[in-house]
Amino acid sequence: MKPRATPTPASGGPATLFFLALAATTALVALLALPFIGLLARVTPAGILVHLAQPQVLVALRLSLFTTLASTATVIVLGTPTAYLLVTREFPGKRLLEVLLQLPMVLPPTVAGFALLMAFGRAGFAGRALDVLGISLPFTTLGVVVAQVFMAAPFYIAPARAGLGSIDRRYLEAADTLGAGEAFRFFRVMLPIALPALLSGVAMSAARALGEFGATITFAGNFPGTTQTMPLAVYMAMQSDLDTAVVLSVLLLLMSFGLLLGLRSAPAGWLGIQARAGTPGSLSAR
Amino acid sequence: MAGAMAPGAIAASPPASTLRVFAAASLSDAFGEIAQSFERSHAGTRVQLNLAGSQQLASQIEQGATADVFASADERWMDDVRAQQLLAGPDTVFALSRLVAIVPRTNPARISRLQDLGKRGVKLVLGARTVPVGQYSRIVLANLSKLPDFDSDYARRALANLVSEEDNVKAVVAKVQLGEADAGMVYQSDVTSAVARYVRVFEIPAAANVLARYPMAIVSGTRSPDAARDFVALTLSPAGQEILKRHGFIPVPHPAP
Repeated sequence: MKPRATPTPASGGPATLFFLALAATTALVALLALPFIGLLARVTPAGILVHLAQPQVLVALRLSLFTTLASTATVIVLGTPTAYLLVTREFPGKRLLEVLLQLPMVLPPTVAGFALLMAFGRAGFAGRALDVLGISLPFTTLGVVVAQVFMAAPFYIAPARAGLGSIDRRYLEAADTLGAGEAFRFFRVMLPIALPALLSGVAMSAARALGEFGATITFAGNFPGTTQTMPLAVYMAMQSDLDTAVVLSVLLLLMSFGLLLGLRSAPAGWLGIQARAGTPGSLSAR
Repeated sequence: MAGAMAPGAIAASPPASTLRVFAAASLSDAFGEIAQSFERSHAGTRVQLNLAGSQQLASQIEQGATADVFASADERWMDDVRAQQLLAGPDTVFALSRLVAIVPRTNPARISRLQDLGKRGVKLVLGARTVPVGQYSRIVLANLSKLPDFDSDYARRALANLVSEEDNVKAVVAKVQLGEADAGMVYQSDVTSAVARYVRVFEIPAAANVLARYPMAIVSGTRSPDAARDFVALTLSPAGQEILKRHGFIPVPHPAP
């Protein structure tokens, strides 16, 4: 996570290894960066402003911001205790649970959306129960949030676990010695120390939620103002209005980039907190 | 869709030639069968079907995707591709289709006639306006509003019930088939035997229905013009028309070339 200065061949390995690594990195960076440059090259700031004024763009932007905020808040509220339990407790079936919590990261989003329909759709087993309560997820903004939480939660839980799990055990022992309860220990000791990792998880999962497409269109549908988030609007615009599609894409790109850059790199510095990761005595239930 | 546009596909193509047919999603089953028949009579040629909403196929071809034949669900997207000078010749209408309304067998909204699509609270799913079937659906709703036994604001009320605009007709079918949507409008040919078990069909009166025209053409820049021509010929032949008819399309009689 912390960029280092360019490694020098003097550090031990032969120079060829360094050049091979450099060539590989260049190839990968080119592959990752060229599409973004391609997008950016197609717009001008004035063009963005013109398209921003289009109601369909504004509606999608507003819906994306709202749903991403809601799903990220849900992920934090539900994911933090989950990560805490995984770090501090052992229980049967823990490995299965861990795999389950990672599954959405590798599942094709369309499959995720289909699975969500099978469970929470009107005909799904959980959906029928929700229906009794008057809650319907398909074709609603709530359904978009559920799809985003499903897809984004693993991106928060993984760094949250790593952050909470790598806290120097001595801090926790000190808290215990001083008679702090579990709640005090969590909120006043673990949370502040793991905050940079948690914020990095927030950035990852928010960015994932913002970019969610497949699960959303399959599970929640596609309707402007209700379920058509920016990625869906890009997809629809791509088929009829390429200029709007490009502008929406660039907006999404900038928002995701800003999210990752802002929340991943800054916090440790802002808060004056130093995370001590990876010390030998660190707490880890693995 | 990315696969069709990947430049790597050229290098990966086998020595045997591949005919790339871009076909509207509604043609999935019928063209699958026509492609099989084509491969049987053209040993060494493999037909690769790229199935999606016509608007999406048009957009892919315009973005430089390698295609040999384009079969669209309406003339609008065929014209769109022609306007970019990407067609090798004139297009031919090879099939017709009509629209029907479908509701899930469970019929959660208790729809008993077409008029009920305008009932408050019905969850209606249509193709997006850019998708041929979405465009046709809106025309049909407007036409129905003019019939004596429909209210004049029927179309407005039905469209107010719209909960999702799908990007191709098969997605509309899926949402109804799964029982998520209360109703949808699709082509008659989409109600295949696999779908018919899950849905109930409401015919649309001929006076309000549209006759969707499916045109096909050879894409300019095709690397297999002969195979492309043969594929079009097979689709127009009595054998091809018979396949289309079996899949719920209305055949178009063509004089032998």
